[in-house]
Amino acid sequence: MHQLVEYIKSYLGSTQTPGSAGNWFWATVYVLLVFVGLSVAVIAMNWLERKILAHMQVRLGPMRVGPHGLLQPIADALKLLLKEDIMPAEADKLVFWVAPFIVVLAAFTVFVVVPFGPTHAITDMNIGILFMLGVSSLSVLGIVTAGWASNSHYPLIGALRSSAQMVSYEVAMGLAVVSVIIMTSLNDTGTGTLSMIGIVQAQLAQGEWFIFKFFPLGLVGFVIFAIAMVAETNRAPFDLPEAESELTAGFHTEYSGFRWSLFFLAEYSAMIAVSSIAVTLWLGGWLRPFPNLLSGSTWDFIFNLCPGITFLLLAAITFYNVVRMPKHPFFKIQTIGLAGFGVVLGLIGLFLLIPPVARTVQDIYWFSAKVAAFMYLYIWYRGTFPRYRFDQLMKVGWKVLLPVGFGLLILTAGVGMREEIWRAIQR
Amino acid sequence: MTPQNPPVATAFFFYLLSATMIIGGILVITRKNAVHSALALIAALLAQAGIYLMLYAPFVAGVQIILYAGGIMVLFLFVIMLIAIDRNMRERQFNKQWLVGIAAAAALGAMLVGVYTKGRALFQTTRVPLDETNNTQAIGSLLYGQYMFAFEIASLLLLVAIIGAVVMAKKRI
Repeated sequence: MHQLVEYIKSYLGSTQTPGSAGNWFWATVYVLLVFVGLSVAVIAMNWLERKILAHMQVRLGPMRVGPHGLLQPIADALKLLLKEDIMPAEADKLVFWVAPFIVVLAAFTVFVVVPFGPTHAITDMNIGILFMLGVSSLSVLGIVTAGWASNSHYPLIGALRSSAQMVSYEVAMGLAVVSVIIMTSLNDTGTGTLSMIGIVQAQLAQGEWFIFKFFPLGLVGFVIFAIAMVAETNRAPFDLPEAESELTAGFHTEYSGFRWSLFFLAEYSAMIAVSSIAVTLWLGGWLRPFPNLLSGSTWDFIFNLCPGITFLLLAAITFYNVVRMPKHPFFKIQTIGLAGFGVVLGLIGLFLLIPPVARTVQDIYWFSAKVAAFMYLYIWYRGTFPRYRFDQLMKVGWKVLLPVGFGLLILTAGVGMREEIWRAIQR
Repeated sequence: MTPQNPPVATAFFFYLLSATMIIGGILVITRKNAVHSALALIAALLAQAGIYLMLYAPFVAGVQIILYAGGIMVLFLFVIMLIAIDRNMRERQFNKQWLVGIAAAAALGAMLVGVYTKGRALFQTTRVPLDETNNTQAIGSLLYGQYMFAFEIASLLLLVAIIGAVVMAKKRI
């Protein structure tokens, strides 16, 4: 036991990711941790989306299963697993069965290179961002095959629609990403990097997040990516596959039960994946606000308190709602359950306040907080924007985002050249 | 944490990826259903990307995934799905050119055996001295430095092809 603790301690002091150290054991642990974390995040997103949407529309949302509907995602998951699994009679059995797994695998494999911190990534690839874009584009294959294998008109047309949408927005997305990679090359050596960790370190070295770089060029690139990533993940306002009333839904019309829930899982983890690309490329990844300006032990101490305080705040909100629960004996168990949930949140908060723990989770906390902001944006979009028609969607992709992306690329390269020449003159 | 980094590119992975590629390749030509063939081809291409990674060529691996597995195969699937698959299922899959096939296979096999037995002297067995951490950057500087002209010519050719495709596909511009 003592040895184990020492081993973990010695590991936490390391400066490498498990992938680059070639350590099988820790790589496996990280993979499991990321998988569990992702699943919990998807479950939490499910609940939060329903609740936040409901409150935006002045409804209560799920209130019956557990206090404030907290157990609703579990009930939903059970319902999906117990549902009758229907496969169309004339469907291509094998492809119908494989398609959801392609989508899920593509959505989860991407997380191999997501940098939750300088050492908290499964591995750091030299081609990190290229790998992420490439693997996430593989989910198009799953969508196309799902639509085809259903052997039905609506899914086939829906699959063509969704894949055309994803393929066209990938172009604009790539252009925005390339403009960031040009920005990473503005250092003394003059070579940029594609590695996810390298991109964040470049932002640290240049002293600003790339969203503020060459104002407004960084911001424009970020906006292009932010629009394209919503279209990439088939979410509102580009959620044509969800349009069951006007288009008879999309590629997953014939899917039900467990297989449908795999598409659902893939959609949410793809949302988290593209948000983490955006966070890494433009919002400084794991960097806390003002890492260069507000440095020193005092600021370190203050920022180290943030993760614990967040959880304590959540616990406080929970206890406030415990007090507000109806006093009727019918709600007794729910009140106790909610109080227990609050106690768990509070204990996590206290645990995160211990200085060595706080220092270790610091980067993970900032990364997750930024990704969480994006997740809220996704829900907000869904609550506020009306759905685009397909031709409007294509028009936005090809006639607005693509030309703006090209212009952005040329301007970024030009301004970057100017800066390089300026620096060469000064030297 | 071990001080020295054990190599991840072990023989096990090479055999695993090669087996995937070979099985995928065989499935591509033996499946009657063209969509199944395409899926098998995707598996083979992904295994090939893995082998590029083992050869310390990460950029080629990434481009392989994006272009072949992600781009070209989607196009393949589009085309396959829009043609009538029932008719293809009834058609004969192999033609009767046994003699030519055997001759070609024998020639290729002889070449492979020759390279395997006598090729040790022809090819260097040591690793290429390019470091994994910066060979992507090296490709970039070569493409935009030494081979700039060829690169630009190739991109111009592709641009012409794209414009041509648009002009031919659209009746009224």
